[in-house]
Amino acid sequence: MLLIHCPYCEEDRSELEFRWAGEAHVVRPENIAAISDEEFAEFFFLRNNEKGLTYERWRHIHGCGRFFNAARDTVSDRFLVTYKAGLPKQPVPVAEKFAAIAEEKSVETWEQTEGDAR
Amino acid sequence: MAELGSTIATRSLPLSGAHGGSAAVRLEPAAPASRISLRVRAEDVSALSAALGVDLPVKPKTSAFANGRTALWLGPDEWLVIDEGESGLMTAAANSGALHSATDVSHRNTAILVSGKGAADAINAGCAQDLSLDVFPVGACSRTLFGKVEIVLLRTAEDAFRVEVWRSFSDYAFGLLSEGARDAAL
Ligand SMILES: [Zn+2]
Repeated sequence: MLLIHCPYCEEDRSELEFRWAGEAHVVRPENIAAISDEEFAEFFFLRNNEKGLTYERWRHIHGCGRFFNAARDTVSDRFLVTYKAGLPKQPVPVAEKFAAIAEEKSVETWEQTEGDAR
Repeated sequence: MAELGSTIATRSLPLSGAHGGSAAVRLEPAAPASRISLRVRAEDVSALSAALGVDLPVKPKTSAFANGRTALWLGPDEWLVIDEGESGLMTAAANSGALHSATDVSHRNTAILVSGKGAADAINAGCAQDLSLDVFPVGACSRTLFGKVEIVLLRTAEDAFRVEVWRSFSDYAFGLLSEGARDAAL
């Protein structure tokens, strides 16, 4: 079972208690009525959907109920760091970064499968 | 005109008559209690604590008991306050003079008392939390999952827990606890 560290409960809890809540650090424009349709689409609809290190919002919905932010590797599914909502993007600890890279090499990805097919 | 007898409005308690358990675990529905769901900002915690007569705990996973009332930390600004005697919780909170949100959830929740040497094992049948005494000591509490339903778990003694659960989920919780109790006795 995947364990996620909640920065409010200050301990690791089962993933079952959590919900994913989309990309983190998407800033709402100061004057949303003044922006163009393209800018609104960029803010409202478009997400980076990066492979590898991503910053996401998570919610400890069946625990303390708080939203918080997490850096997660989408290939290995490893949580690299979690921190309270409202804080700026936190750096990923070096040890976690290396562990994620090592794990990534051992994880079979779609691209590798595709490569074999050619 | 039809006679409207007094029997029509009889309130039946959730889990009334429920019984279960095993050689290692005792399961019993808790007596009806008053409860409020309370939200308070950090600067107003002391005012609400004074008004309720119990110190709202600010440390995660902890509870406090005083004057017949138990305050359980659910989140950084959220508590469940249980009064097993005369209520007055809503009035007490209202008299605090401080900004807060209190909702009477006395009838939304019911509780199951789980005790015996296999109590923790029975709960772990549907709850992933570490219930060893050094991580979840007496007085520790947490909102968490039990099987598919959300519960608030409070350890009342080394071998006793109170499981607060929404009344419509209480049959499920009691059933799963009964199975856990049976396994805990093996
Ligand atoms: Zn939490």
